[in-house]
Amino acid sequence: MRLLLLRTVFVFALPTVLVGVWWVASDDSTDVYWPPLRTILETFPDVWTGDRLKDDVLPSVLRLTGGYALAAVVGVALGTVIGSYRRVRAVCEPVLEFLRAVPPPVLVPVIMLFAGIGDTMKVTVIASGCVWPILLNTVEGVRAVDPVMAETARSYGVTGPARLRHVVLRSASPQIFAGLRQALSIGIILMVISEMFAASNGLGFTIVQFQRSFAIPDMWTGILVLGLLGFLLSVVFQLVERRVLGWYHGLRASTRRSS
Amino acid sequence: MLDVRGLKKVYEGSGRRVEAVRDLTFTVDAGELVCLVGPSGCGKTTLLKCMGGLLAPTGGEVLLEGRKVTGPPPGMSFVFQEYGRSLFPWMRVGENVELPLRQKNLDKARRRELVRDALESVGLSDATSAYPWQLSGGMQQRVAIARALAYEPRVLLMDEPFAAVDAQTRADLEDLVRRLWRERGITILFVTHDIDEAVYLGERVVVLSASPTVVQEQLKVDLPDERDQLRTRVAPRFAELRTHVYEQIQAAKRGVSVTKSDTPPPH
Repeated sequence: MRLLLLRTVFVFALPTVLVGVWWVASDDSTDVYWPPLRTILETFPDVWTGDRLKDDVLPSVLRLTGGYALAAVVGVALGTVIGSYRRVRAVCEPVLEFLRAVPPPVLVPVIMLFAGIGDTMKVTVIASGCVWPILLNTVEGVRAVDPVMAETARSYGVTGPARLRHVVLRSASPQIFAGLRQALSIGIILMVISEMFAASNGLGFTIVQFQRSFAIPDMWTGILVLGLLGFLLSVVFQLVERRVLGWYHGLRASTRRSS
Repeated sequence: MLDVRGLKKVYEGSGRRVEAVRDLTFTVDAGELVCLVGPSGCGKTTLLKCMGGLLAPTGGEVLLEGRKVTGPPPGMSFVFQEYGRSLFPWMRVGENVELPLRQKNLDKARRRELVRDALESVGLSDATSAYPWQLSGGMQQRVAIARALAYEPRVLLMDEPFAAVDAQTRADLEDLVRRLWRERGITILFVTHDIDEAVYLGERVVVLSASPTVVQEQLKVDLPDERDQLRTRVAPRFAELRTHVYEQIQAAKRGVSVTKSDTPPPH
């Protein structure tokens, strides 16, 4: 109980301090672009009504989910193939390094050309940025399957789909999750950027709209919502990760103890 | 049961040609417990992998019940030295033992029965739902042995299985292997670099030469069937046998070929 209390204190201490500093520092601000935090918070409930959540936040989240899921499926599938075969890897690696080096936001105008300005474009942009960390981490994870484990699986006739499911993907899962985590933050960035270019709703669109109509406190509330969304997604991610990778954290803790 | 005929394995890579096994011929009869000993680095693991169908030999062949081994045969199971890397850390003990059985298309009830029986034999009934890394090294190797048993093999290949556990655990595990062999009538081929272990466990000891490997000597262990860590190890006959094997291995290291004999040294 005391431990829980202490942890709660730790979690909220820094955010409280930062908000406090912001509050005090901006309290008597008369700058139009840096409104007092008080004003921003007062504006918040007026701006983020149920309708707005439905019309702007929900579409954004759906695009993010779609693009992210697409990237996860494609990244893990391709990564497994590339990681499993040395020849395929030799052929693909230079191309992958090149594609990875292209900053994803640059792709927005390009993708707009053939995917239009609808949801397809946004989902494609998000997916095309998120796929790289997932793909490359999967390749590394699949390559790093322990040779003794691989041999054990072979000697017991664990081959084909069973090997993929029970051995290769499970063994690569810590690295796949590292990729998924990186991809999540990239996904949020791309979600906002793609909505800033050409959209009629969504978080990115709304924030730009506020800025253009000089509704500066409203714009700031939008940024707060983005931050909260990112935080929420990362909490959800951690919960999933702890469930799927429970064995990995336990294994690491036990090797740390014994060494 | 298990025939190794003229086995030869040459590794080739990056301009280097290493002859690991030159010419090996020996037989393991059904229900026998045979120990393979040799100087370290003598290609024991290579030999075992060829026998288990994990490596393709360069020459010669391995026959299991008259059929040539080309891949891992279903009637054979493996216990590796590196238990920590051979058990899957993302699966609980029960799942680790069960995984190979799923590939055999056994129904669920039968699988569960085999898993329970195997874990019971190695004394780990209550560890079914633990993860391997929650267990000690010796217990992990017991899980690996249980997995091998549940597979219902006719031949069990063990590759220096106790090299990484402490001495007391090792003695327990040796007795476990003797007991399982006697209870279940499996054919066991046990590879070790430990001479005492080979003499204590085996019905027969095959001494290998240094690499490139050939059979240096085959020796029948004429100790009583009932063996125990205290009395067997201090028996005069045990001392004679281990001295003999030790001499053979020293000779093997020097590269002296001693005339092969299948008869044990005189009393």
